[in-house]
Amino acid sequence: MSFGRLSIIPAALLITLAGCGNESPAIPVTLKDHRFMPAEIHVPANQPVLLSLANEDAAAEEFDSTSLKVEKVVPGHDKGNVRIRPLAPGRYPFMGEYHAETAQGVVIAE
Amino acid sequence: MLAALLIVFREVIEAGLIVGIVLAATKGVSGRGRWVRYGIITGIAGAAVVAAFAGQLASLFNGSGQEFFNAGILMLAVGMLTWHNVWMAGHGREIARHMKSVGTAVSTGERSLAALAVVVGVAVLREGSEVVLFLYGIASQGGTSNAAMLAGGALGLLAGAGMSALMYYGLLAIPPGKLFSATSGLITLLAAGMAAQAILFVQQAGYFEVLTRTLWNTSWLLSQDSIAGRLLHTLVGYSDQPNGAQLLVYLVTITIIVGLMRWERGRRRRAKAIPVPA
Repeated sequence: MSFGRLSIIPAALLITLAGCGNESPAIPVTLKDHRFMPAEIHVPANQPVLLSLANEDAAAEEFDSTSLKVEKVVPGHDKGNVRIRPLAPGRYPFMGEYHAETAQGVVIAE
Repeated sequence: MLAALLIVFREVIEAGLIVGIVLAATKGVSGRGRWVRYGIITGIAGAAVVAAFAGQLASLFNGSGQEFFNAGILMLAVGMLTWHNVWMAGHGREIARHMKSVGTAVSTGERSLAALAVVVGVAVLREGSEVVLFLYGIASQGGTSNAAMLAGGALGLLAGAGMSALMYYGLLAIPPGKLFSATSGLITLLAAGMAAQAILFVQQAGYFEVLTRTLWNTSWLLSQDSIAGRLLHTLVGYSDQPNGAQLLVYLVTITIIVGLMRWERGRRRRAKAIPVPA
């Protein structure tokens, strides 16, 4: 079997996998002075959502939420995507782990 | 200062516990100190590199580079832990006997040590890169509280090292004949917890989004964010709101590791039985 034919398998796999990542447009969230804006994020329940987190501080931050099952480091003056799985209706708190006194927020699925 | 101490301590707990377990699991194998040192040093160097290139790493794979990296190194650690346990299933009794009768270390098992050094390196790298980013953030902000925050960070690191010692000496209280069954059991659960965490990172990257429903919620009993919850999360993969995929991967990992260990034990028993013809 030639390499060309073999490479079809991973290519097909990649296409299949790529098709799984379908979601609605990203919701922008900004982190400034170690505070999330908005700190209360409303999302539709039962469908995947993408948060586009812009860290406008110089320091890195870790978006951390046990209930959302997300751990994501966003370096200073950088952006990061936080992908949220389909959620049952409810409140899901999150925080910036490095500055948890101020960096607090909640995702509300409804 | 207290805040910095707590954050750094929280991050180094995992690496600290793993170093303690690895040291106990390799009790009686010569050269283990050297290998664990290699693991820690490589892990710290790797942590600095990962922290320095955090932005570039994250932007790989359509913005999911960090998730894939985390899932990848976790699975590497799971593989190495499995390998060690299977090796130990074949050699553990021999080493324990040797330790009891001669009191010295056996010189076999260099490869198993290399596997565990990788596990130590991965743990230090994962947690270390977050510590580096956090402390770097403090240092770059300027201000008078910096020295106190950095001192807090250093104390947090020390507390993490203390955690290692506690785990190690705690495990050594187990009689030598039973030590390796205990560490093998602990390593199996450790690996299962890591595999379950790896699947969460894969899902966070937007793949394998099946069985994402939360199965139960025990955060009222023990929150995963508390220190005790975090310890249990590291040690046995405790999750206060696990989803189906997490549980499935957890159980499958345990089944695979225990199955492989049984197979190896049976294989060695048969191999010993054959060369005794009547």
